[in-house]
Amino acid sequence: MSITETRPGTSRRLTTSKAMVAALTEEMERDPSVFYLGEDVGAYGGIFGSTTGLLERFGPERVIDTPISETAFIGLGIGAAVEGMRPVVELMFADFLGVCLDQIYNHMAKIHFESGGHVRVPMVLATAAGGGYSDGAQHSQCLWGTFAHLPGMKVVVPSNPADAKGLMTAAIRDDNPVVYVFHKGVMGLPWMAKNPRSTDEVPDGEHVVPIGKARIARAGTDVTVVTLSLSVHHALDVADTLATDGIDVEVLDLRSLVPLDREAILGSVSRTGRLVVVDEDYQSFGVSGEVVATVTDQDPGLLRAPARRVATPDVPIPYAHGLEYAVLPRHDRIERAVRDVLQW
Amino acid sequence: MSIDARRAGVPAQAREPARPAPLDPEVRVELFETMVLCRSYEEAILAAYHADKGPGFDIGKGLVPGEMHLSAGQEPVAAGVCAHLTVDDAVTATHRPHHLAVAHGVDLRRMTAEIFGRETGLGRGRGGHMHLFDPATHFSCSGIIAEGYPPALGQAFAFLRSGTDRVAVAVTGEGAANQGAFHESLNLAALWALPVVFVVEDNDWGISVRRSASTSVSSNAVRAAAYGIPGERIEDNDVEAVYAAAGRAVAHARSGRGPSLVEVRTLRMWGHFEGDAQGYRDDLDGIEHRDPITRYEQVLLDADLLDTETAAGIRERARERVADAVDFARESPLPDPSTATDYVFAEEASS
Ligand SMILES: Cc1ncc(C[n+]2csc(CCOP(=O)(O)OP(=O)(O)O)c2C)c(N)n1
Repeated sequence: MSITETRPGTSRRLTTSKAMVAALTEEMERDPSVFYLGEDVGAYGGIFGSTTGLLERFGPERVIDTPISETAFIGLGIGAAVEGMRPVVELMFADFLGVCLDQIYNHMAKIHFESGGHVRVPMVLATAAGGGYSDGAQHSQCLWGTFAHLPGMKVVVPSNPADAKGLMTAAIRDDNPVVYVFHKGVMGLPWMAKNPRSTDEVPDGEHVVPIGKARIARAGTDVTVVTLSLSVHHALDVADTLATDGIDVEVLDLRSLVPLDREAILGSVSRTGRLVVVDEDYQSFGVSGEVVATVTDQDPGLLRAPARRVATPDVPIPYAHGLEYAVLPRHDRIERAVRDVLQW
Repeated sequence: MSIDARRAGVPAQAREPARPAPLDPEVRVELFETMVLCRSYEEAILAAYHADKGPGFDIGKGLVPGEMHLSAGQEPVAAGVCAHLTVDDAVTATHRPHHLAVAHGVDLRRMTAEIFGRETGLGRGRGGHMHLFDPATHFSCSGIIAEGYPPALGQAFAFLRSGTDRVAVAVTGEGAANQGAFHESLNLAALWALPVVFVVEDNDWGISVRRSASTSVSSNAVRAAAYGIPGERIEDNDVEAVYAAAGRAVAHARSGRGPSLVEVRTLRMWGHFEGDAQGYRDDLDGIEHRDPITRYEQVLLDADLLDTETAAGIRERARERVADAVDFARESPLPDPSTATDYVFAEEASS
């Protein structure tokens, strides 16, 4: 498989969900073995707009509504992938992984290893994550750290429309199982608080973002904020605010948790000497610890100040707006952490 | 060949419910009152939900943020089933829980306060509308499809062990009856003869997926048979038929004969959630004529058990009770953000 970065050419302004659909459309046209499976992905077009228009274009043979039987239909994706098809299977909310986790981590993610590399499982598990709109503790989790913790699946987490397209294309073409986690808050949905960057230029035609390469979303010299998904936007907002105080923040968008672009993290921290990790997933045993360890494993001397983590404290996401905003890593907490590491 | 065409057409084997004996007039009026209270409640939540979502529709904004699943049209299930229960019996509802909570006697003020995200709410504003927990009435619900079934087994197990005749009622939608937890629960409850009543609300739709595209049999009563327990399907959304079937199922459980299943073909009058434009739906024409409450009201009027004035009085009283709950919720304090990480563990837990 050859992976190319953005090809020069024309582009269109799309929301993140439309960019996802663009990738799916192009890949389904290119490769007849690609199909999409999940709940409400047909006539409804996906609860978060992940499949809008695909049914009309490709018909019910390739865009398939399933029963609420996650174990069965994710397992079906695995079996079809083993036989050479390229399924994209949607788990409506990442929060539902509990009902089908065995298929995911004991099958999808282990078959290649257990077969000594003889069997491939080229499937994509697409799933929505994240809170911020009072959907309560069972519908607001990120859980990308959980997927990333369990070996055998790649995990990508786009933050913007162009990456949503490029990473979906790469995920479909990858010969490994790839979990594609999209935060509802970056999708550009008409019924959710608008993130201004959730609509942006997306290259027309083939656009592949290599899995495992982070992106410097904003270059800066004073402090590195390593983050992903919706938090990239919060971090960029904070960086804009702090710039007026003469603080120059670098924002690194991980884009992919597995593989993790440790070089990019180390490169940025070597330049700035200061690290803040922002992650909407639970703090303990997760992404933020992994990023900090990436630096300290290499050389704790790279840091001129202790690293700070801004994550969801280890508490289920509360329903009431004020409580939810108190635990999510939002602007105020990110700004405080950045100012804090600059005190040293 | 399409998946639809390939699906085996297994005929329904629903047991035709025995013609119920005419009900006591008082029970009939009570069933009506319960349904009216459920509907009034949903209308009030609907109004509060949409009061301040604008401009446009921002799901995270307003008095009641987040997803909202309302149950208008499904009141016959709640009224007919809960009429057989006391607050010592357990009810486990779904993501669409309000009608069951109202009919089971959950305190309206504290439930509404929870839905409004207030400190006085059932869950102190932590749970929200899909996660209502009321120890006083053994009421609970879950936002994860079918996952309310297994804990209901445990409640039934505890009731059985304590030597009482209390029962646990577990409710799902017909869409949920395709999730593994549903099947494991039927098997285990049957195996251990647990006092559980499984209730399936078949409103024809699982979000946008019609029943015929999700379910390999035309009746979940057939599935009950597969686990060796009684199953009944009520074909119309008639509260008296539900009452009769639920009465048999509850009596069966109370007398130590184990679980059974009642499926009711009911009606989702509104969207899956608020904001659902329902473009996929082809059964909305004339839906107002299928409203089970106005239909039942007519039955009672025809039987001279109600006159229009009494019916209006029932509606008015329901509205007042609901308005009181809404006022209470509205005036209740919001939780203090500094307490956002409380309640992860029991404070004086032994370890
Ligand atoms: C395990 C799981 N899968 C998917 C969902 C998303 N979801 C919420 S409600 C719903 C449809 C449920 O249909 P049904 O059980 O018939 O109940 P109804 O909504 O019609 O009352 C779906 C798919 C979920 N909450 N949990």
